[in-house]
Amino acid sequence: MSRARADEEEYWHSSKFRAFTFDDEDDELSQLKESKRAVNSLRDIVDDDDDDLERVSWSGEPVGSISWSIRETASSSSSSLEGQDSSQQKGSSSYAAFPKQASSYSLSSLFKGEVSPMQYGLPQESLSDIGVKNYAPELRRPKAEYKDYSSDWSPKDTVIRMQRGKVCSLERFRSLQDKLVLLDEAVARHDGNVITAVLIFLKRTLKREILFRELEVRQVALCHLIYFLKETGEQKLLLDLLRTDCASFPFLQLSQYREHLNIQDVEKRREFLKGCIGLPFSAEDSSHIQDHYTLLERQIIIEANDRHLETAGQSEIFRKYPRKASILNMPLVTTLFYSCFYHYTEAEGMFSSPTNLKKTFKIPDKQYVLTALAARAKLRAWEDVDALFTTKNWLGYTKKKAPIGFHRVVEILQRNNAPVQVLQEYVRLVEDVETRLNLATKYKCHDVVIETYRDLKDRIQLTAYKCKVDRGSAEEEKINSILNNMVRKH
Amino acid sequence: MAAHLSSGRVNLTALREAGRRELREFLDKCAGSKAIVWDEYLTGPFGLIAQYSLLKEHEVEKMFTLKPGRLPQADVKNIIFFVRPKLELMDIITDNVLREDRGRSPQRDFHILFVPRRSLLCEQWLKEQGVLGSFIHREQYSLDLIPFDGDLLSMESESAFKECYLESDQTTLYHAAKGLMTLQALYGTIPQIFGKGECARHVANMMIRMKREFPGSQNSIFPVFDTLLLLDRNVDLLTPLATQLTYEGLIDEIYGIQNTYVKLPPEKFAPKKQGEGGKDLPTEPKKLQLNSAEELYAEIRDKNFNAVGSVLSKKAKIISAAFEERHHAKTVGEIKQFVSQLPHMQAARSSLANHTSIAELIKDITTSEDFFDNLTVEQEFMSGIDTDKVNNYIEDCIAQKHPLIKILRLVCLQSVCNSGLKQKVLDYYKREILQTYGYEHILTLNNLEKAGLLKPQTSGRNNYPTIRKTLRLWMDDVNEQNPNDISYVYSGYAPLSVRLAQLLARPGWRSIEEVLKMLPGPHFEERQQLPTGLQKKRQHGENRVTLVFFLGGVTYAEIAALRFLSQMEDGGTEYVIATTKLINGTSWIKSLMEKLEPAPF
Repeated sequence: MSRARADEEEYWHSSKFRAFTFDDEDDELSQLKESKRAVNSLRDIVDDDDDDLERVSWSGEPVGSISWSIRETASSSSSSLEGQDSSQQKGSSSYAAFPKQASSYSLSSLFKGEVSPMQYGLPQESLSDIGVKNYAPELRRPKAEYKDYSSDWSPKDTVIRMQRGKVCSLERFRSLQDKLVLLDEAVARHDGNVITAVLIFLKRTLKREILFRELEVRQVALCHLIYFLKETGEQKLLLDLLRTDCASFPFLQLSQYREHLNIQDVEKRREFLKGCIGLPFSAEDSSHIQDHYTLLERQIIIEANDRHLETAGQSEIFRKYPRKASILNMPLVTTLFYSCFYHYTEAEGMFSSPTNLKKTFKIPDKQYVLTALAARAKLRAWEDVDALFTTKNWLGYTKKKAPIGFHRVVEILQRNNAPVQVLQEYVRLVEDVETRLNLATKYKCHDVVIETYRDLKDRIQLTAYKCKVDRGSAEEEKINSILNNMVRKH
Repeated sequence: MAAHLSSGRVNLTALREAGRRELREFLDKCAGSKAIVWDEYLTGPFGLIAQYSLLKEHEVEKMFTLKPGRLPQADVKNIIFFVRPKLELMDIITDNVLREDRGRSPQRDFHILFVPRRSLLCEQWLKEQGVLGSFIHREQYSLDLIPFDGDLLSMESESAFKECYLESDQTTLYHAAKGLMTLQALYGTIPQIFGKGECARHVANMMIRMKREFPGSQNSIFPVFDTLLLLDRNVDLLTPLATQLTYEGLIDEIYGIQNTYVKLPPEKFAPKKQGEGGKDLPTEPKKLQLNSAEELYAEIRDKNFNAVGSVLSKKAKIISAAFEERHHAKTVGEIKQFVSQLPHMQAARSSLANHTSIAELIKDITTSEDFFDNLTVEQEFMSGIDTDKVNNYIEDCIAQKHPLIKILRLVCLQSVCNSGLKQKVLDYYKREILQTYGYEHILTLNNLEKAGLLKPQTSGRNNYPTIRKTLRLWMDDVNEQNPNDISYVYSGYAPLSVRLAQLLARPGWRSIEEVLKMLPGPHFEERQQLPTGLQKKRQHGENRVTLVFFLGGVTYAEIAALRFLSQMEDGGTEYVIATTKLINGTSWIKSLMEKLEPAPF
């Protein structure tokens, strides 16, 4: 499915697909330039500061906006505060700095609040005139609201009252039956805050086993309880819940697994992950989690070993390239890179050897070659790079093969500042002629360009290429000799 | 300050006015001088309702951002916390209150304003910390639907989609229904409700129930909206994943628009005066407000980016010509007239300068090779090419460790365009992602799977081609300069959600019953009775007004497509758009990702 570059070009030109380019590149650019020029020239005419006109501060905040004023009032009062000022300024000037919270109000919030004028209690007289006065006439206080406090609201009425922010005693719902009706009524209204309020009541008044049993058939309520427990940090109850049958929902297993992220200590994290392996995940998740555990286990061993090596100062590689960070908790591919960098030649029996990692985690060839190449190229170990692509057949002949395609090899080498001699060796191996020429020209692998044109018997291009090489250089000579020897086409 | 809100067919100033009134009433409850301590997330949305001047009129003398530690020494009678009901914020407030110097005189009074709702849980939390009694007023401010522009309302509820589809928490839908009740109270009962999707059904049910539970309430306002269309985001998971190609859409994709503001790299906006340059290059991002109050922006925001350059250059010529006029002004009268126009011309010039700079910034990106490659793959998927095998470009991007969100957007797009991926392909992508970016992302992959964005093809059948053909989602002959179809907003792909709205208006959904059944969730129609006196007698040629409510988020490109339909000469329908949140593919996927602890180094 990999289309060669040339095919792609053709495909684009011939197919109906529209790529996002400007129809007329130059024209478009010049248009933008033109308007830029016009704008610039106008600056000489109008020299007034238009900021005054628009009344915006430099950061674009209109003067008088809320965030602008927070800054203003904060800084004006800052003289009396020590050290507060700078952080305030910083805080109010950048939203990005404000941490976005994972949870939102609707999960963590339970409404009991008062009725706001926006919702109810507006005088009826104002209905006729349109405007702000008759705000929310439809949500006018119903007659029932005027009734005295009554103790025998039905579950439905109770939920409605709670939704409107009235204080309601739930204690009268004594039987399990009543409590469940109340819960179902709350769930039917989708107001998470009422649902959670009812759940808190049930959690307080029901035996755990009964509560869990009933929630098993009430998924929505179950979700709300889980988020409530998470939010309030009741880990114990949460774990109890996860051990019940409710836990047959796969997402609950994962929320257990998620906990490992909160464990900072690697040993404890490893132990925790080990405990997760037994949980009934889907087959596929379970193999990933097993891998996660194995990887961390390896990393702990490698880390201990390497830290020792590094501090001992005996190993040349660690002296020459001190580690920038610990390998703990890094992704697998990063670990592989690390191992290709520091432990490339180790025997397969070693936990830190690349081949061992490749085998244990069934890393695909492509992935492995890419990573090893990047690591060895970074060390400028060109022989290793060479070995990576050399295969021997049974007759002992060697052959160059790259599962990722040699154009990718060239790109990676180039990114690692490989010398032209090394680079051109691989450019030469790029099969597609067009791509090879492009790469060779781009990276100034003159020999490859020249040879390719020679093979193509392209005199014109070859002649043209003469101006790209240094005068009097070996390349120029080479071109001349080829041109002289080339049999002229008739 | 809010002229842009009254520019549309429906005057949304009334909604803003109502919000302001409620705010004033609360402030007046706390008599005397005040300081407001802000949950910073709220300043953006509040800024769309009120400016500092309003607060000042009601004796707000100082404003601070909420953070732990001792509150600043402001000499005010009241300290009011404006916060979302979140436990972590309650902890900060507790800290503030506990550190307050009890010996100071006069004592300061504390109040809390919860936005959008008071919360029992939070109050209990405060009670457990022993500070609940310190608060005199504990109230709520229901900021449900915030007017963003003359035709745009948003609840700015960041996690609405995640809560509804992942966590089975439909509280946002309850808020949406409440917001719609408020809207009906101001603009009349909406006689017709259409909907598609589970959430849409819930919201319609809640609206009908809320109406029923207030018997005897009769709305005597002449209805402004003819139709309400409720759409679940999961009916159209495809659209937000594609890269938006309108001007506003690209600004959002690249820089992110927050509460109508965008922050841009300052280099292109360097001070223009000579002599100033060089020494004082600004390092702070340039912040601009983007809405229809700016004439030029209103004109170009919804255009395909390829059509923006020519408009900018035309404008430049007009403005240059206008400034040239000064040479022809001979008489005092003529000069006077020229001078009187100067402020307007200066504003136009500065607007043009800004947008030229922004267009240059965007162009740097849209002309990059990677943008092109990415778009190529997107367009292949959307037109149904090679969606059933592992894609080379995606593979390469993973190998080069491109940002994970980019990978997820593409893989999800492929999955959606193939009605789910073949198990082998899905497993391959998953493995590559987990091995390269870390196993903990299994949580994110699971979330995406649960939301239906990334899934195995279960039925063994790919419905997407049928949907694409019937709804004409892919248009070959797209005209970016002078569009004749909504597909111009994605340079070929017509957003499914907007197509549904378009087909509802004409010829009606009955014509696409089959396809509607392939999309998730029920589709339905409800009618709300109007008293006889309020029934509309349509004038000939008068357009209908439809409110389209996107439950789970809407992109700027979809908004542009709806505006395009509003402006069509023979369209017959004008659209107002409401949503739980303005999103793009990146912010959307981000909201579905598990928040992972940052690496310790």
